[in-house]
Amino acid sequence: MDPIIIARLQFASTTIFHYFFVPVSIGMAFTIAIMQTLYVIKGNKIYKKMTKFFAVLFLINFAVGVVTGIFQEFQFGMNWSTYSRFVGDVFGPSLAIEGLLAFFLESTFIGIWVFGWNRLGKKLHLMSVWLVAFGTLLSAFWILSANSFMQNPVGYEFVDGRAQMNDFLAILTNPHLWAQFPHVLFTSLATGSFVIAGISAWKIARKHDLDLFKRSFRISIIIGLASSLIIMFTGHWQAQYLVNAQPMKMAAAEALWEDSDDPAPFTVVAAIDEAAKENTFEVQIPLLLSFLSFNQFEGSLEGINGLQEMYEDKYGPGNYIPNVTLLFWVFRVMTGIGGVMALLGLYGWYMSRKDGLENKKWYLKLMTFGIVLPFIANTAGWILTEMGRQPWAVFGLLKTSDAISPSVTPNEMLFSLIAFNSIYAILGGITIYLFVKHIRKENHDDLVPEIAQDPFDEERGDEVVS
Amino acid sequence: MSLNEFWFLLITVLFVGFFVLEGFDFGVGTVARFLGKDDAEKRVYINTIGPFWDANEVWLITAGGAMFAAFPHWYATMFSGFYIPLVFMLLALITRGVALQFRSQLDSSNWRGFWDWSLVIGSALPPLLWGVVLANFMVGMPINKDMEMASGFVQFLHPFALLGGVMFLLLTITHGLQFITIRTTGKLQERARNVARKITPITIILFLAFIVVGYIVSDVFTYHGQTFMVIPILAWVALLFANLYNTQKLDINAFILTTVTMILLTGSIFIGMFPRVMISSISEAYSLTVYNAASGSYTLKVMSIFSIVLLPFVLGYQAWSYYIFRKRLKKDDELEY
Repeated sequence: MDPIIIARLQFASTTIFHYFFVPVSIGMAFTIAIMQTLYVIKGNKIYKKMTKFFAVLFLINFAVGVVTGIFQEFQFGMNWSTYSRFVGDVFGPSLAIEGLLAFFLESTFIGIWVFGWNRLGKKLHLMSVWLVAFGTLLSAFWILSANSFMQNPVGYEFVDGRAQMNDFLAILTNPHLWAQFPHVLFTSLATGSFVIAGISAWKIARKHDLDLFKRSFRISIIIGLASSLIIMFTGHWQAQYLVNAQPMKMAAAEALWEDSDDPAPFTVVAAIDEAAKENTFEVQIPLLLSFLSFNQFEGSLEGINGLQEMYEDKYGPGNYIPNVTLLFWVFRVMTGIGGVMALLGLYGWYMSRKDGLENKKWYLKLMTFGIVLPFIANTAGWILTEMGRQPWAVFGLLKTSDAISPSVTPNEMLFSLIAFNSIYAILGGITIYLFVKHIRKENHDDLVPEIAQDPFDEERGDEVVS
Repeated sequence: MSLNEFWFLLITVLFVGFFVLEGFDFGVGTVARFLGKDDAEKRVYINTIGPFWDANEVWLITAGGAMFAAFPHWYATMFSGFYIPLVFMLLALITRGVALQFRSQLDSSNWRGFWDWSLVIGSALPPLLWGVVLANFMVGMPINKDMEMASGFVQFLHPFALLGGVMFLLLTITHGLQFITIRTTGKLQERARNVARKITPITIILFLAFIVVGYIVSDVFTYHGQTFMVIPILAWVALLFANLYNTQKLDINAFILTTVTMILLTGSIFIGMFPRVMISSISEAYSLTVYNAASGSYTLKVMSIFSIVLLPFVLGYQAWSYYIFRKRLKKDDELEY
């Protein structure tokens, strides 16, 4: 088997699996921090119980995210040593700073938070969960600064055939980073809050601890609704950036073979014939693509075939067309799910305000199944980002086919691929099993045992969240 | 000191930090299953590292990131060269991490028994493999003129590497047992002392064998002069005293000394490699050094500013977390893991 295929499969499976857990960690960390803040401000123990109920799930998720993240970092050196030598100068610092600035912060304060309920004062303990949340944010920023270099290399010069950093500020102000970071941040908040809202919905349907889970639903649906609305703008913004920066990626995502008309119609569905480089069937909405790309009802977009010619002139002969069919559909899956999430969030927020959730069994059920939506959308988004960059590992500088480790044999890579994917399957299964087990329990009173010397014990009555 | 040298020092510090801190985590993880007579006791042992292990592991992740940034060729050659050992190490680290988190989630003896064994394997395998890797660092690896290292798994497992692996595993167990003695009380503490009393002498013998054979087969201990041999010898002497203090129940002293052993052993290997970062067994000219493996000076400068500003904070809050959880654990404590 071609070692490049194996290494790419390894990268894809590790990234996708790792990224099931990352956005949940980011989104849940913030939502849980808000829950605990409510507990500290209002003194109402229901928020402590809520915090601890979701903390159990958060920690299981966090642990799997951490352990899969180690391989995510190390696989660059293991499978992609040529790439690592080529870009280490510019790419490595982001990973090193991520470790120093973010991972240490997250991992130390998550220990303090989990084990410190009875060891720290209320405020100090609250600070520790906020620092964890802040750490996840920093981590996202730095790893995306690395990814943005692959998408849009800046701040480097060529020295002896290697990219060497010559402008750190350019790395931090990479327009790709600032188009991508907000989108990742808010999709993560949406993911975490939809997980919490979906679980709360199931609990409400089962009438477990109604008071608690109606409140947790309210908190998470507000965050989920707000983020899924913001996502539309961040996504729109990022797509507009990409039309200029990576026209091939966007042309492929639209299955736009020839330069578009002016104004350009948006293709809703298409039957794509990659061999003939054309679509045999299309359903289109006039004007819309121009509007999405340029915020006005005019403007034409470059097509795949023209871009291919341009790239051949620029970079030499070769195939510069990514997998059009796949990109076309993942783009639609991602944006479609985004829209569905916003609608679910809007209705949930409305029903939650009216306190009519219990009677809307169909909606509660929908929200429970809705937990999978952000995961599918996140995966689709990363497939678009990473596969849309192909055939490049670093856009315009290094091809994926030139990036792998020459000293590693295909058999070694295959062994690693099988071993890691087996463990991912097992971990995924166990994580879901533990989640379900915890959620199904009817009574969660053991989460807040009454301890005599509990420093958090000063009750201030039962103020209700409004 | 040039920036290249500074970065070698910094990566050495990160690895020393990793071996010292994660060293006792590995040790505790390896022995907890056997030391605890019942579930409650096992939990106490596991919880001694509860708040710390995750942050301790970050020392390795950051060391990897720092190698990637400061010495991309070192990172690329080492990680692709030690491919199979790294696959096993990462699988072990994954297993261990989730074992700690998953173990006490369910109240079933099969479930807990399964994760107890996972914790043992996941904790014992990494130090074993690190010992193998360090021994290979000392004798050199088949690195060619393109900085690529072509070597199968079996070639790494020569007798000296196996000695290194077993010695390093036992050293982390000794270190972990001493950590338990300063984190527990009563019967649980006494049991750790007793086991340490039996295991440390074996560690001492293997450690001595390791530095004697190392002196013969590798130039690392004496690369900068015969006097540098004093460092691994001092590491060994510290281990002797650790054993002595353990028998006298001076637990804190014993733990400090196993820490010293860990620092001096790791330090002696890194010092002896310098200015090389990976020694080629094919030709001295093919060795990777802090100069030919490094990033450009601009990157090193940026990274230096970040690390000098950030490291004090990291050390500060990590030390604070050890201060918060200084109280010894007992069986009737509320336990998380």
